[in-house]
Amino acid sequence: MLRGLVGQVDDMLSGRADASPSDELSALTGIRTGPSTAPDDPVLARLLPDFHRPDADPDPAGEGGSDGPALASALRSVREPELIEAKRDAIATLLASLPTGGGRVELTVPQAEAWLTAVNDVRLALGTALEVSEDMPEQLPPDDPRNDHLPVYHWLTWLQDSLVTVLMR
Amino acid sequence: MRVHVGQGGGGAGPVVELSATAEPATTVEQRPEELVDADTPWQTIVWNDPVNLMSYVTWVFQKLFGYDKAKATALMMDVHQKGRATVSSGSREKVEGDVAKLHAAGLWATMQRSS
Repeated sequence: MLRGLVGQVDDMLSGRADASPSDELSALTGIRTGPSTAPDDPVLARLLPDFHRPDADPDPAGEGGSDGPALASALRSVREPELIEAKRDAIATLLASLPTGGGRVELTVPQAEAWLTAVNDVRLALGTALEVSEDMPEQLPPDDPRNDHLPVYHWLTWLQDSLVTVLMR
Repeated sequence: MRVHVGQGGGGAGPVVELSATAEPATTVEQRPEELVDADTPWQTIVWNDPVNLMSYVTWVFQKLFGYDKAKATALMMDVHQKGRATVSSGSREKVEGDVAKLHAAGLWATMQRSS
């Protein structure tokens, strides 16, 4: 199941990476650039957040005249490709260390850290899709359509918490 | 300006001081942006979100910034209770790098000028 879940996140990320505009400058310099606007999809938007929130900046005009939205766009364009790659690397490490038939898994510390990143991304994706809120109860009313997926979310929460506990030792 | 970094400790980040802005009469090579609080013109903000685990956020702060557990926990609690916290500060390049690392860890972080 974990394999399926991280695979879905990986697909979303690769889809976003493939949709990046390519230009001659990138081809010449080898510097990848990504999109400059946040993804429309809320799950992707949570996985690839803005670098700057103009609405939260107390001094948006800035003494140096920094333009909030322009800053966010520029940073996203430069940073997003490497962020996608980092996340996909973590997913790849997880998949490589997951036995195909399930069963016992032994991880090195670097592998465990990759698992932590990848599992967190899956939780973020699922949590965003389920519109998990701060005060959401452990169990929802029986007619809530999210009930099908909530056990998976809770299991991922347990998995992540376990990994953190081990790594904190 | 909020005092947002704890006292001393083993933290690797710079301590933000409530200092006056730098004198404007500096060398002509300095860009105007650098005249605002010469030491820590930019801040890294982490925002609360309903998904991220408190234990995970604490671990990320320890790992990325070298904060000890007490400081990392305090920062995490700030994020959780106040909705946001400043977790590091410095030059624009440093803060941009910190935001990128936090994004790679799945936290919701942004950068802004120090107020």
